[in-house]
Amino acid sequence: MLNLLWLVPTFPLAGFLAWAATGGSLPNRWAPWLGAGTVGLAAVLTAGIGAEFLTQPPPGNHFRQILFDWIGVADFRAEGALYLDALSLQMLFVVTGVGFLIHVYSAGYMADDLGQARFFAYMNLFVAAMLILVLADNLILLYLGWEGVGLCSYLLIGFWYDQPENGYAARKAFVVTRVGDTAMALGLFLLFDRLGTLDIQAGMARAVDLWPSGSPLPTAAALLLLGGAVGKSAQLPLQVWLPDAMAGPTPISALIHAATMVTAGVYLIARTQVLFHLAPEVQGLVGIVGAATLLLASCSALVQTDIKRVLAYSTVSQIGYMFLALGAGAWSAAIFHLMTHAFFKALLFLAAGAVILALHHEQNIFRMGGLRQRLPLVFWTFVAGAAALVALPLTSGYSSKHEILLAAYQASPWLWAAGALGALLTALYTSRLVLVAFFGPQHAEVHPALPVTVTLPLVVLAVLSIAGGWLRMPLAPALPEPEIHSGGFALNLVTAAIPMVGVVLALGLFRQRAEAAAAGPSPFVADVSRLWFSGWGFDWIYQQLLVRPFLGLAAVNRADVVDAAYRGIARLARLGHRALSASQTGRLRWYAAAMLLGTVLVLAAGVVS
Amino acid sequence: MMLFWLIAVPLLGGAACWGSERVLGRGAATLALVVLALETLLFASLPPHAGDGGGWLMQLAWPWIPRFGIGFHLALDGISYLLVALTLLLGFMAVGCSWPEIDRHRGLYYLNVLWTLAGTIGVFLAIDLFLFFFFWEVMLVPMYFLISIWGHENRAYAAMKFFIFTQVSGLLMLIAILALVFCLEHSSGMLSFDYLDLLGQRLDAGTARWIMLGFFVAFTVKLPAVPFHTWLPDAHTQAPTGGSVLLAGVLLKTGAYGLLRFAIPLFPEAAREFAPAAMGLGVVGILYGAKLAFAQTDLKRLIAYTSVSHMGFVLVGAYAFNAYGFQGAVMTMLAHGISAAALFMLAGALQCRLHTRDMGRMGGFWTAAPRFGGVALFFSLAALGLPGLGNFIGEFLVLLGGFRSNIALTAAAALGLVLAPVYSLHVVQRVFHGAAAASLPADLRASELALLAVLMTAAVALGIRPQPFLDLSKPALAGASLIPESRRAAAGAKPEQVGAVGAEGTQGFGGGGRGAVR
Repeated sequence: MLNLLWLVPTFPLAGFLAWAATGGSLPNRWAPWLGAGTVGLAAVLTAGIGAEFLTQPPPGNHFRQILFDWIGVADFRAEGALYLDALSLQMLFVVTGVGFLIHVYSAGYMADDLGQARFFAYMNLFVAAMLILVLADNLILLYLGWEGVGLCSYLLIGFWYDQPENGYAARKAFVVTRVGDTAMALGLFLLFDRLGTLDIQAGMARAVDLWPSGSPLPTAAALLLLGGAVGKSAQLPLQVWLPDAMAGPTPISALIHAATMVTAGVYLIARTQVLFHLAPEVQGLVGIVGAATLLLASCSALVQTDIKRVLAYSTVSQIGYMFLALGAGAWSAAIFHLMTHAFFKALLFLAAGAVILALHHEQNIFRMGGLRQRLPLVFWTFVAGAAALVALPLTSGYSSKHEILLAAYQASPWLWAAGALGALLTALYTSRLVLVAFFGPQHAEVHPALPVTVTLPLVVLAVLSIAGGWLRMPLAPALPEPEIHSGGFALNLVTAAIPMVGVVLALGLFRQRAEAAAAGPSPFVADVSRLWFSGWGFDWIYQQLLVRPFLGLAAVNRADVVDAAYRGIARLARLGHRALSASQTGRLRWYAAAMLLGTVLVLAAGVVS
Repeated sequence: MMLFWLIAVPLLGGAACWGSERVLGRGAATLALVVLALETLLFASLPPHAGDGGGWLMQLAWPWIPRFGIGFHLALDGISYLLVALTLLLGFMAVGCSWPEIDRHRGLYYLNVLWTLAGTIGVFLAIDLFLFFFFWEVMLVPMYFLISIWGHENRAYAAMKFFIFTQVSGLLMLIAILALVFCLEHSSGMLSFDYLDLLGQRLDAGTARWIMLGFFVAFTVKLPAVPFHTWLPDAHTQAPTGGSVLLAGVLLKTGAYGLLRFAIPLFPEAAREFAPAAMGLGVVGILYGAKLAFAQTDLKRLIAYTSVSHMGFVLVGAYAFNAYGFQGAVMTMLAHGISAAALFMLAGALQCRLHTRDMGRMGGFWTAAPRFGGVALFFSLAALGLPGLGNFIGEFLVLLGGFRSNIALTAAAALGLVLAPVYSLHVVQRVFHGAAAASLPADLRASELALLAVLMTAAVALGIRPQPFLDLSKPALAGASLIPESRRAAAGAKPEQVGAVGAEGTQGFGGGGRGAVR
């Protein structure tokens, strides 16, 4: 069964190739079957492989499959090879499982779209690239998957290409993440230059042998890889692309921008955790980045009015928790939160998509209201997801976030404080979202008839959001399992109580003021909320510092200043030509006069010298 | 003898195309295809592997002007094999995409196309420097006519500019060749233009530096590198599609080939000394070309500037002085030849349909022409270095090699990876996405799609299975003493050897070569 591992990414890739081979003219009615079918096959296969892996673990608890020789130059070797261990298996479950549910959902959500076949083809390509990313045995194959998911993210954010702003959001996402990717590429060059291999396992082993902990080389390498991770996972300072990425269809936001691709940075750091272990400063930085990001993003989530943007900032903030966990050395807690987050955030996005569908593409939460009665199924599933996001006890989100906060406390009380404050903010913005969108008076016309392809994934994901905590896998040989102290009764109590305090607070704050919120707050509050609304002004800063100078430079030098030199030479030659031909008058007396003048000058020169 | 026919067939075939125009009319294009098919058969019969591994796959040496030591000396090694293959492939493309576009003087047109190909193949095969110079000029003249007769609105200016730039640089190269030959005569009493005779020559450092610079400038004008690049946007923009395909796909590669074949191996010490400056020029080209590409509104001009950017990678790789850099440079040459040619074919097809190259008058073409959009997206992605396609392999290896020899410059070059999507995706947005423009193009015809599908296949093959190509160019690079002791390959296995790899990295250049220098 394990030998069929290569088929897992191949199925979705085949789905894409089938579309591409027909020149994009695959009939729309086949597209959902092909798209969801191939991912479904991959999911079934993953289940089989996972069952075998867990019941009869292969020697060394990992399985390596070499498919082909890819690049070989001098001592540089890269194979097309897959590597399966507990960590990649966990990712495989998330990608194929949640991916399949979202494909099914898309069949309903995109049913009326003319570009349906293209949509499913891109989705399939994405799943294939993501699977390659998590299965890659060496960093360059991982980089291939990494860029592949970035490409699909670009294609799908800009899926409705006739709107220029969608295209802008798509390009922004690609270019901003490419900044991180370039740092990562430099990290790969450094690793190869010093370790002589890009094979992950061998490279990590060699790094331990060659590099003392805290020395400059692992620090530099870890920093560069972190650059890639913060780009892909939308962490400070490269988080700006994710809120705009909501321009894509909602299933894309669920699949790419919540459940899978944006967590690739977390996966990368976990995969190369040996390196981060050798660079304690950088690992500390990971935690700080996570803490700062989660706080900034939750503040922004608190003031958004677009349901998808609230969820987008929430995603940024939840990935901040994963970074926090990585920084605290709680590797498996980070991956655990990655999984539960995939369940509940995918659910929240899909439920939001159902709302958007029922309201004819209305995304402003202040124009929703009162959806509780009209869309009961969506409401209850959304509440299940929200409860997990807030981390109320007995949900999957509670198990994972609680563990992260305990580990953070062990690493540094400050990290814990940031996480706890973030948990409070999470409770506030989530409750606000639920209260404003689902309670209160109804504002918009609702068409509650949702196809079963939409509702079924919601129900399944709701169950997973609540009970998904039981699906935790032991990641032990793949990731070190640090000892996490239970941290004492008081700490546990405070950590568990904070979200509930937040919810109660939110009930008081937003219940009555659902409408008043938009009406005139005090100037200071208005300023702060404007700053938060804009995502702390990062876009503005980048616009001033990078985009505008580049555009200015491009505009000024459109005609290429270098060419001016050559044009100057040409002009000089033409000038000389004109001057000389002007002297060619054909009049004898001019010639005679010129000759005389010349003679006199030459004689004068002779006399003077 | 085979090598001779490789050059003679397109020369004779071209003449036949011209002569037959009155009889065949439109059939001149068919005849050109037949000639190319014949040439391909001839090429396919060549052995792609050397028996002894000594680098040269095949040689042909006839005396020509023995009094001056000039011989008709052709030789084929892995690099020239790959480049001739690329030339033939793009020759088919150039003829194929000219079919609908060229409607006057067809016979003469195909004569010029085939003679350009013959000249280029000659450049890739000649290893007598005089003969090389001869072919260098031969490929220039028909290209001049292609631009000046069948070009667009500003063709006379562009053709003249192209001619003057190439001619002046060619003159510089001729002087350098003569200086090199006389140096050899001075030191050994032997008058010879033969590459193999000149290769081992010991020159004093000052002389070597100046002669090397002559070659370097001549080749970087052709490459082109900043600041000698300004002929290229005009020439590419004004040339007919077939001409642009050959210019971008093949002619630029002669510059890169010249660097790898002559400018570096003939003057190893001087070139090594000059390497930081050359890499710096490459980096400037990468960034400056990318920035200018983004600023353009003329589609063909934009693509032309992307060539400047990509050829900067070749320069960085060639002067990284290690196996990764050299192999990466060769891969970039092949991959860029394919992707740039395809982009020019697409731009040409758009111009044929819309009679404009102004991107301001394009937009939203995807709905009307989804296949067009898909193919254009594909090659834009190739141009921005998406893994899985050939350009990525080239750029990755170039940067990997560059990193080992100069970290700061490589980091700067890597910024090109950020700028490439800025211009590539800008094109996709301006032309295919957004609101629909007033006039929309028809989608790609089956014949156009078939040609582009071949190039797409090639780009994917280079990206997924680069090894056969790398293997082919490896002995050639080693044979030309470009990769000193490339056999230190198997360093991977043992930790202590790995330590050695690391230590070498700190000192900059690859270890084996330094021994040879001192």
